[in-house]
This record gives sequence, C-alpha cells and structure tokens, in this order.
Amino acid sequence: MPSLLHQFWVDLLQDLPRFTETLVKMPGADKETDLSERIESFLSELKRCGSGAGSLRGSAETARETTALLRRITAQARWGNAGDLMEIIRKEGRRMTAAQPSETTVGNMVRRVLKIIREEYARSRGSTEEADQQESLHKLLTSGGSSEDNFRQHFAHLKANVIEAINELLTELEGTTDNISMQALEHIHSNEVIMTIGRSRTVEAFLKDAARKRKFHVMVAECAPFCQGHEMATSLSKEDIETTVIPDAAIFAVMSRVNKVIIGTQTVLANGGLRAVNGTHTLALAAKHHSTPLIVCAPMFKLSPQFPNEEDTFHKFVSPHEVLPFTEGEILSKVNAHGPVFDYVPPELITLFISNIGGNAPSYIYRLMSELYHPEDHEL
Amino acid sequence: MADSDGRQVDSINHSTGKICKELTKEEKQRLRKEKKQHKKNKKDDRGPPEKEKEKEKASVLAPSKPATQSPAHKAAPVPVNASASESPVAAEKPAKSKAEQRAERRARQDTERASKQGKKEGGQQSASSKPKATPNELQPVVKRLPEHIQVDDPAALKKLAKKLERQQVRQINIVPLRSDYGYKVSLFSHLHQYSRKNPPTQQISIPATVIHPSIVRLGLQYSQGIIAGSNARSVALLHAFKQVIQDYSTPPNEELSRDLVNKLSPYISFLSQCRPLSASMGNAIKHIKKEISNIPSQCKEEEAKRRLQECIDSYINEKIILASEAISKYAIEKISDGDVILVYGCSSLVNHILCEAFEKQRKFRVIVVDSRPRLEGREALRRLVKKGIRCTYVLISALSYILPEVSKVFLGAHALLANGYVMSRVGTSQIALVAKAYNVPVLVCCETYKFCERVQTDSFVSNELDDPDDLIVTRNGKTHLENWQTVKSLGLLNLVYDVTPPDFVDLVITDLGMIPCTSVPVVLRVKNVDQ
Repeated sequence: MPSLLHQFWVDLLQDLPRFTETLVKMPGADKETDLSERIESFLSELKRCGSGAGSLRGSAETARETTALLRRITAQARWGNAGDLMEIIRKEGRRMTAAQPSETTVGNMVRRVLKIIREEYARSRGSTEEADQQESLHKLLTSGGSSEDNFRQHFAHLKANVIEAINELLTELEGTTDNISMQALEHIHSNEVIMTIGRSRTVEAFLKDAARKRKFHVMVAECAPFCQGHEMATSLSKEDIETTVIPDAAIFAVMSRVNKVIIGTQTVLANGGLRAVNGTHTLALAAKHHSTPLIVCAPMFKLSPQFPNEEDTFHKFVSPHEVLPFTEGEILSKVNAHGPVFDYVPPELITLFISNIGGNAPSYIYRLMSELYHPEDHEL
Repeated sequence: MADSDGRQVDSINHSTGKICKELTKEEKQRLRKEKKQHKKNKKDDRGPPEKEKEKEKASVLAPSKPATQSPAHKAAPVPVNASASESPVAAEKPAKSKAEQRAERRARQDTERASKQGKKEGGQQSASSKPKATPNELQPVVKRLPEHIQVDDPAALKKLAKKLERQQVRQINIVPLRSDYGYKVSLFSHLHQYSRKNPPTQQISIPATVIHPSIVRLGLQYSQGIIAGSNARSVALLHAFKQVIQDYSTPPNEELSRDLVNKLSPYISFLSQCRPLSASMGNAIKHIKKEISNIPSQCKEEEAKRRLQECIDSYINEKIILASEAISKYAIEKISDGDVILVYGCSSLVNHILCEAFEKQRKFRVIVVDSRPRLEGREALRRLVKKGIRCTYVLISALSYILPEVSKVFLGAHALLANGYVMSRVGTSQIALVAKAYNVPVLVCCETYKFCERVQTDSFVSNELDDPDDLIVTRNGKTHLENWQTVKSLGLLNLVYDVTPPDFVDLVITDLGMIPCTSVPVVLRVKNVDQ
C-alpha cells in the first residue's frame, strides 16, 4: 500500500509542471507561447506609451524593439516558405500598427522586413530581380505568372539569411543617430543662430556634435502644452551651447535673426512632407517668409509610405486638460478645447533632409522610398 | 522767458551742487544769464569731451527748467548732443563745425519760437518719442532715443540715473533706479528686464511724500501685471492723474500751468521705471501736458482744476469709449452670419465688438487662441462665454490645425506705427502670417489715439522684456528650468510685443473709418493739423 500511495504522489509531482502549464499557458509549443507573450507585451506597451504626453520612448527605441521582435518571430514561428512568413509578419504588423497608429516606425520596420524577405527569397532563387521590383508596364505585359505564388518555394537557408539580414538592419538602426551627427559640421558654421522646436533626440545629438568644434547660439521654442523644449534647452546648455528658451508666440518675432532652422520630425511622409510636433508648420512658414533654410534631421526608419490626405486619421489629440486645465471649471463645459499633437508641413517649405544616408532634397524622397519598401507592402 | 541756447530735451543734468529749490523768478533769470555767459566763453575751448559740454548745457537747463516753455526743444535735438551714445563720435568733431552748428541751431530756434509763440509745450517725457514739427514745416526731426532701449549703453544709464537724481526735492531721491534681473539674451541686452518679485516700490524711501500715493499704487499695479492692456493702462493712468490734480495745490510763487507739469514729471519717471510706458499712455500724457500748459494764467486754481478734470474725462470718453462704439459699428458690418472668427489674447476692443455683434443677433462662433506664458486668452474666453457666445479654445501651436475652419481673424493692437506696422502682443504677427498663408482675411481694430509716429521694422530694437521666470512650468512633477540661473549658457526670453508687417494685415478699423495699414501716417498728419 505505501508503495502505491508513494507511486501516486511521485506521478503527481512529475506531472505537476506540465499540468500547471496547461492551466496557465495557452496550449502549444513553448516557443510559440513565449513568442505570443512577447508580442502581447509589446502591443500593450505601444498602446500605453501613446497615451502619455509625448513619447515616453523615442522612435529609435521603438524601431529597434520592433525589429528585434520581428527577428524573433522569424526565428521561432512555424513557417515553411517565404509566403507563410510574410503572412505571419503581415498579420502581426497589422496588429501592431492598429495598437498605435501614430507610431509609424512600427509599420515602417515591418515593411522593411518584408522587403528583406522578398530580397532574400529572390537571391535564393538565383534571379536578380532586385532591380525590377517596380511594376513597369513591360513587366505587367510580359510576366505571365504573377509574383505572388512565387513565394511558395522552400529554401533551406532562407531562415538563416533572413535573420542575418535583419541583424544588419539592426546594426544600421543603432548607427543612425551617429551617422546623422557626423554630418553636423558640414551644415553649421560658427556664430550661427539656430532655431529648433520641441525636443528631438536626433537634433540634440546633431547640435552637440557640432558644438564640439563650433560656437553657435540655439533658440528653442518651448512647444506648448508639453513644453519639451525646456528639456532640450537644459540638455543643450549643459554642453555649453548658448541656449535661449522662447515661447511659441515669439517664433516669428525672433525669426529675422535666425540663420537656420533645424528640426526633427515624427514621420516623413511619402510626398516629402512632414508629420511633426504641433507648431512646426508655423515655424516653417516663418522660415519661408524670411528665406531661412529649414533642415529636417530624420533617420531613414521614419520614412513612411503614407500620404497626408487621410484627414481623419492624420491627427492625434491629447486630453484638452493639457490646454485648458480643470481649474478653469466654470467655463469648461461651454467651451471646446482642442489639443492636437501633430502638424502637417508641406514639402515646399522644407529645404533639406539630413538622414543617415546623407542629405536629400524633399523631391527625392519618393525615390528613397522605393528603395526601402516594396510597393505591394505599402498597404499592410 | 525762454532760454535759446541748444536746449536739448532736458535729459541731462549735472547737479552742480545746486538743489532745485523753488527759486524766485528773478534769481532764475539771473542764473540763466550767467550760464549763458559762461557757455559763450567755453564755446571756443574745443578740448573738453562731450560730457562736459553736456554738463554745461545741463547746468544752463537746471534752474530754468521750471520756467521752461521753449518750443525750442521741439526742433532742437541736434544729433550730436541728443544721444549719449554718439558722444564719443561727436567729441572728435572739429571745433569750427561745432560752433557753426550751434549758431545755425540758435538761428533756427529763434525763427521757430517766433512762429510758435502761442504754443507752449510741457516738460519732459522719459520714454515717448519726440513731438513732431508742425505740419507746415517738414523739419527733419531726429528723435532722441528713449532711455528704455539703451540699457546696454553705460552713458545712457548714467544719464538716467542723473535725471532721476535731479528729480529730487529736499535731497530725497524719489524715483529709484530699478535694477535688471537675470541673464539677458544677448540680442536684447539693450532692454531692461525686471523681476516681478522686486517691485520698485520696495526701494522708495519713507517718507515718499513726493510721489502721490495713487501713482505709487498705479505703478505697483503695472509692475505686477494687475492692470494690463493698453486701454486699461491708459484709463487707469488718467484716473490717477485726476486724483493728483484734485489733491494739487499751487505753491505761492508759481503758476499752475508750469508747476503742475513739473510735478507730473517725476511721477511719469516712476511709472516708466515700473513698466515702460505704452504708446497710448504716451499720447495721453502729451495731451494732458498740453492742456495743462494751455491753462491761462489768470484762471483761478479751482476753476483750472475743474477744467482739467473735465478735459481728462472728455479725453477718456472721446478717445476710448466713443471710439470703441464707432469701431464696433464699422466692425459689425464685417461680421456675417455663419462666420468663424479667430481672436488672439485678450483685447478689450475686440471683445467689445464681439459682444455687440452678438447682441445684434449675428450668428457666429469664436475661436480664441492663447499663448504661454501670459495665457490672456482665458480672460477673453470667460468674458465671451459669459455673454453666451460659442467658443473654442486652442493654444497658438495648434494654429495650423484650426485655421482651415476660420473665416476671419480679428486682432487688437497696442500701437500702430507710422510705417504701417502693427505693434501688438507677441504672437500676433505669427497669427497674421499663418492666416495669410491660408488666405484668411486679417482685420486689426485700433483707436486713433494709439497711433504713434515711431517707425519700427523688427521686434528687437524697441520692445519690452517681461519677467523670465514666467516661462518656468512644472509638468508631471518635474520643473526642468527651475535652476536656469545657475546654468551659465541658458537664457529665457519673455518678449511682450512684436510688430506685424502691413502686408499681412488686410484692414484696419479705426474710429475714423476703415483704412488700410499704410494710411496711418495720413491719419497722424490730419490729427496734427487739427491740433
């Protein structure tokens, strides 16, 4: 008898881990549950950080984390051929962009990875179709089979190649800020007065790099209601850069003494326009009026194939409490208060884009986009 | 009797040990003659630097100041002597041209004095621009630079200190020199920057019997920002002056018309130390001084005081209250049903217009744009909402978002300059710029008493710097700029005014009608002819 009872308890204890697993985790392989957990946590973080004032983490971090997650999906998810992988990634990508539509870097990274997969597939097949990714009339006429079912072939080394390419992408992402800052000395001369708005980590690094060799003044527009310009100003002044904080209302008043305007942006749109923090359009108009060059420092992962014509989805708002606080109680109920976060800046007002691959005019952005993304991936 | 020698606008004085006691008329005349002689002797001596020359002239001026009625100073300002900043240059001029200039100047002044015998102009104005020449003589008027935009010039500061010192009675320095606060942005080192925590009243010694208490109170209200807005400030000033006139009593050997003007001068210096005078205030002061000096000498004191009070009342009534009625009438024609009107900050005139239009059953809604750090738009919002007007509220950074909905922009003005530029609260030019880009008409509403003869092309040279600590804000428990003073290379800039170029403004609505921006000098000219 004791042996039977003893056997019972031993069996139970042996089965316990697996038993609890089935209770707590979703059924499936360990790797898959681990993966979906990570995806869920990433999605919830995206949702959460979008509701705070400004971005609690910069776009670069978001891009890095997205790419790392996509690499993990490639490594751990079950897929047999490139087509399956692309489906999985597209599905996850749609979920991620739906979690935070204003964070466009997520969608951009998904599209980059999709393009990587297409390229690796094409390379494995041995065809040099890289140059012919565009839909030309000739291709439409001559190519009999459409390229969609081409992705069903299985290649043994595809996984490794794709993961390697994603690693390269990650290294590129890590070096973007440095690449941009290296170009700083080509654009800033001594004794200049530079104006910027709000807080952009790229512009901060850019200016700090130039400050090592040149002396210049910076005017930071504080960008109400979040007043991120204050942080930028304190951080710049710690590097011994002469900084002045001005309220948004004084942008046009001081513009006549400004030599250059250097700004960062949240997204670069497909037509070369910007989706930047609110107040940037006013700044751009003032710069245009005084013929002051407007330079945008934006790494390539911010380039998005969206166009600015979606009026209802373009804008994002924060709580009107930021604009008209609850202490103004009696009038609050009778007043509409708006707190938009972004501004659209048309490409005619921009002089130059500085990115990690060099300087470009806004009219060239469409071409860069075709190198980064495949046209079929524009709509996830 | 007027002194004719190069009398600059009496900003320079070196008290040669003499205190401005109440000298009798005869003594004053005697002193004047002596000084004239003294100066004539010194005229040939080219050696002395400019400062000394100025001192001499000043010593001529000092005792005769109470009797000053010379219109000479109107056309007198010789560029050489007027601005201290030019003094080093002037000192190197050859002797001959100096003498020639003096002679020419004297001749010119004589002729002018002859032509303007009836007119008497009051004493000095610390911050307003030069009074212009009469319309029938297009004199090249070179304006003396107001002190408040010469902070970076130590000579000008010394001049101001001396002037304040000169305005002392019984050796009490009644108008304290206010010191600047905090690090000033280098582009603006020529302007004052005061802290609100250091009101000038703290430095007034007790007994401060020389400055009337209502003026002290007014100055404090200005410096703390309790009274803000050019109409409000002018009206408060005029009411305070009424009180001063009420309590005034003519000393035994003096004439009311001259003495009262001199009594007002230290008050005006004090007020401009509290907060630089606005253009509307400058015009009001000029008007009052003219009225005071026009009081005939045989008028009894009570009669004179009553007359002055009436004059002030009628000024307020005509130029401010009735003017706003007239402007509302014109402006309401421009408001149609279904309009979406954008206003900026809190302009009493624009608020009045909108309330009137609402009462006349026009259907419109208002978008109030506001900006940090003053957040005056909230006050406008309260007034409009109380009236029942539908309002929306945004900050100025959201301007490009909200402008596609707007059909008209109504702006108030602090002053209209003679070259057509509109001087108004900082941010106005931005609104006009973006409205122009979106093709929305911009209408500026301004009473004619705010027109001034100054010209300005940018917002740097003549502006006002407010307390820089206002920009500090605490968000999410963090105050980034808390210790901005300790950081050497960090500066905060809190501008008060900016100028809007005339090509951004489509129409100016005044009590004389609806005029384009470029017609401002015409109105000024017409006003001068009237006067």
